[in-house]
Amino acid sequence: MLLDGSTLPALARGCAILGAGGGGDTAVGLLAGLQAVEDFGPVPLVDLEELPEDGLIMPAGGVGAPTVSIEKIESGEEGGRLREAVEAIRDRPVVALMAGEIGGSNGIIPTIWAARLGLPVVDADGMGRAFPEIPQVAMEIAGISPNPAVMTDERGNVIVFRATDGDWMERMERAAAVEFGGMAWSSEYQLTVAEARDGAVVNHAVSLAIRLGTVVMEAEHDPVDTLAREIRAARLIAGKVVDVERRTTAGFVRGAVAIEGLGPDAGRTLRLEIQNENLVALEGDRALAMVPDIISVLDSQSAEAISTERARYGQRVTVIAFPCDPIWRTARGLELAGPRHFGYDLDYVPVEELHDLA
Amino acid sequence: MTSPDLRLGVDVGGTNTDAVVLDADDRLLAKAKVTTTSDVTSGIDAAIGEAVEGVDRARITHAMFGTTHATNAVLERRGLRRVAVFRLGGPATHAIRPLFGWPSDLREVVSAGERIIDGGIEFDGRELSPLDRDAIVRFAGEVAGRAESVAITSVFAPVSDEHERAAEELVRKELGDVPISLSSTIGSVGLLERENATVLNAALVDVARGVAGAIGGALAAHGLAPVAFFAQNDGTLMDLEFAIAFPVLTIGSGPANSIRGAAYLTGRSDAIVIDVGGTSTDVGVLVNGFPRESSFGVEIGGIRTNFRMPDLVTIALGGGTVVRENALGPDSVGYRIGEEALVFGGSTPTLTDAGVRAGRFVLGDAARLRARDDLLLEAIARSDATLADAIDRVKVSREPAPVVAVGGGAPLVPDDLAGSSEVLRPDHADVANAIGAAIASVSGEVDRIFHLGPGGREAAVAEASQDAVDRAVAAGAASDTVEVVDIEEVPLAYLTHPAVRIRVKAAGPLAWELTSRGTPEEEP
Repeated sequence: MLLDGSTLPALARGCAILGAGGGGDTAVGLLAGLQAVEDFGPVPLVDLEELPEDGLIMPAGGVGAPTVSIEKIESGEEGGRLREAVEAIRDRPVVALMAGEIGGSNGIIPTIWAARLGLPVVDADGMGRAFPEIPQVAMEIAGISPNPAVMTDERGNVIVFRATDGDWMERMERAAAVEFGGMAWSSEYQLTVAEARDGAVVNHAVSLAIRLGTVVMEAEHDPVDTLAREIRAARLIAGKVVDVERRTTAGFVRGAVAIEGLGPDAGRTLRLEIQNENLVALEGDRALAMVPDIISVLDSQSAEAISTERARYGQRVTVIAFPCDPIWRTARGLELAGPRHFGYDLDYVPVEELHDLA
Repeated sequence: MTSPDLRLGVDVGGTNTDAVVLDADDRLLAKAKVTTTSDVTSGIDAAIGEAVEGVDRARITHAMFGTTHATNAVLERRGLRRVAVFRLGGPATHAIRPLFGWPSDLREVVSAGERIIDGGIEFDGRELSPLDRDAIVRFAGEVAGRAESVAITSVFAPVSDEHERAAEELVRKELGDVPISLSSTIGSVGLLERENATVLNAALVDVARGVAGAIGGALAAHGLAPVAFFAQNDGTLMDLEFAIAFPVLTIGSGPANSIRGAAYLTGRSDAIVIDVGGTSTDVGVLVNGFPRESSFGVEIGGIRTNFRMPDLVTIALGGGTVVRENALGPDSVGYRIGEEALVFGGSTPTLTDAGVRAGRFVLGDAARLRARDDLLLEAIARSDATLADAIDRVKVSREPAPVVAVGGGAPLVPDDLAGSSEVLRPDHADVANAIGAAIASVSGEVDRIFHLGPGGREAAVAEASQDAVDRAVAAGAASDTVEVVDIEEVPLAYLTHPAVRIRVKAAGPLAWELTSRGTPEEEP
C-alpha cells in the first residue's frame, strides 16, 4: 500500500481515534503529510515481512505541547537529522521509519520525513494508541534499550541522550523540549526488523488506523455506530460536554471532562480523567473503562475524534472505549501503563468484561 | 418625549434583501422584503426605503447589517485583491507552505506570491529566530507592482506581535500605501487557520469598502444617520470601521442571524431552526438561546479557518430549486424566480410550484400547474425527505425536537416533518435574518497564552476577561452591561513552566449612549 493523497486523510482520522484524546492535532499532521507526498512522491507502507531481518528501524515522533505544534509547525527536515545522527552512532543504515505512537499527529509524522528521505514506513508502531510518557512503548516491554535517543529542533540543534532507564529518558527529553520552545522531535528505542517481528512492536497499527478512518469516512448513515461495530467498542455515553477542567502538574495536563447524557442517556453523567490522554471513565464511583484500554471522545454527528486539547463546553459527543493491544494487558504492560501507574487505586478490568461490545 | 430609540436591521442575501425596524424593547415596527439586485446597492436602497416609510427617521439611531457579500466574493472569486503573503516562522513551518490546500483557482486569483521568512516568536515570548529583515525587503521588492494588499503572519503572534509590527514597517517603506493585514489583529492560536483568515482579510479590503459605501449611500438617501454595525460569524456585532478593517469577520454571519431571529420570534431557547431561502437551506440548532457552534474549525470556500460559526447542515434546496423527473436541484433560478417559476408565468418547474400544488403556498396562478401533478408531488415528497434527513443530521438524540421554520421558503417545511415534535411558524419568519442582525450583541474576544506569575491562573483569567470586555466596549457594547460569556483554558502539556492558553469572549447589548463609548467614565 502507498501512503499518498488518497490514503492519508483516512490515516489522519484513524490516528485521531486511536489517540485516546492525545498524540497531537491530526489536522496539521495531515496537511504536512499531503505536502510531503505531493512534493516528494508517495511513501510505501511496508510489512515487517518485507524488510531485511537485520535492518534497523527508526521509531520517531514529536515530544512536547500540542498547542505549540499547531503554531510552530515542523520544518520537515527534522527526520533527516535524526536519521543522520542515528546512523552515525549505530554505524548502520536505517531501512524504515516507524511511528513511536500511532495516536494523533505522531502517527502521520514518519510519513512526512520518509517522503523526503526516500524511505518506507513500516506498518507498526510502539503503542497501538497514544500514551503520555516516552517509555510507554512495546519496545520497553520487550527489553529494547531506549539508548541512544536523539533529539532535534527546527533550527538544527541535535542532542544525544543516554539514560539509565526509560523514566530518566522521559525527564531529560521533556526538559530539553521546553528549552527548544515547547516542542522537539526525537527517536528512541531503535530496533532491528528481527526484534520487531519478535513482538517488540504493535504490528499493523498503520493499516488499522487507515481502516478505521475509511470506515468513518464511508459510513452512510450513523458514523459513530459504524465505527463502534468495526472496532468492537462499548458506547459509554452520548451527551454533551458540560465541564472541562485542565491544570498543569509536573509538566502534564491533568484534569477531567464531564459529559452529561442526552436522549437515552439523559440523567447520567460521565467523568473522564485525563493526563494528556483519556485515562479513566467514571460514572459516580464506578469505572466504566480504564487505561490501557482506549477511551475516545467522538463528535456525535461526524465520529471525528476530539482531542483533549480541543474539548469544549457544549460539544455533542459520544464516548467509546475499546480493547488495547494485548501487550498492555501483560504484567509488565500494566505496570508501565495500567491504572495504578497513573495513581488510580483501581485493578485493571478489561473493557469487554465491563460491557457488551458493539 | 420621543427619544432616538429605533434600530434598523438589514440582511443582504443571495436572493432577497430584508429590512426591519425594531424599537428599544425589540418590538417589530416595520418590515420589507425586496429582491436582491445584481449591483446589491439598489436592493439595499429599496429595502431600507420600504421599511422606514412611515417611521420617524430621526428616531433611528442604529443600523445593523448582515451580508453574504464577503462570502460570495470568496465563493465566486470576484472583487478580490492580490495579496503578498509574508510568513515569519523560518526555519520552522516549511513542512506546510502558505496557502497549501487552497483551491488552485482561488490561490491564483488571490496570491501575489508567498514567502516563509526567518523569524517568529516562541510560546514563551522568546524569538524563534531573529527576524530576517533583508529577506522581507527583498520579497517586498519582488512583489512590488503586483501586490495590491499584504498579509503578515508570525508564529505565535498571539503571544507577541513584535515581529509582525517590525515587518509591517519595512513593507510600508518598500510598498508605500498598500493595505496591510496583521495576523495578530485577526485570529487566535493555530498558525494555518490564522494565516488563511489574514490572507482572506487582505483580499477582501475592497469588498468591505464597497459594501460600506453602498450602505452609507442608501442610509443618506433616506435621510438616516445611524451608527452602523456589521454582524459577524458568531452572530454578534462589530462597528462599521472595525468591519472595514476586518471584512473576513463578516463571513458566515447569515446563519447565526437566522437562528437568533428564530429564538426571538418564538421565545424558544432550544430548537432546530430551518432557514429555507431561495437557493439553499441552512439547518442549525438553537441551544440556550444561542446557535450551537461547530466543534471544529469551519471551512469557507474550501479554506480551513478557525472562525466560530454555527454548526450547520446546508443543503441545496430552496424556493427556486429547479424540479426535474426524479431529481431536485441542486440548481436554483435564484432571484429570477418571479419570471421563471410556472406559477408566475415562466416555464421552469420549481420547488415553489411544487409547494403551491401541495397547498403550502398560495402564490401566483395555480391553474398553470395543471397536468404537472406527478412531477410536482414527487418533488415535494423528495423535498420533505431531504429536510427530514437534514434534521436528523444535526440532532444528537433520536427524540423528536421542536422545529422553527424561517426564511422566505419556510412554508415548504411540512407540518408533519419526520423527526419533529412540532413545527413552529412564527409571524415575520420571512425576515428572521434581519431581526437577528438587529438584536445581536456586541462582542470582544481574547485568545492568548499567559505565563502564570505570582497571581496564578486567577490573575491571568482576570486579565484576559478585562481585555475581552475592553474589546467588546471598543466594538460598541455598553460598558455597564458587557459580561463574560465564555472562558476556556488550555494548559500547555509536557511543559515544566506553568503556562496556559486562555480564550475569553465578552458580549453585551449595544451602547445607546454613544458619546460615552470608549472613554473612561468620570465621576464628579
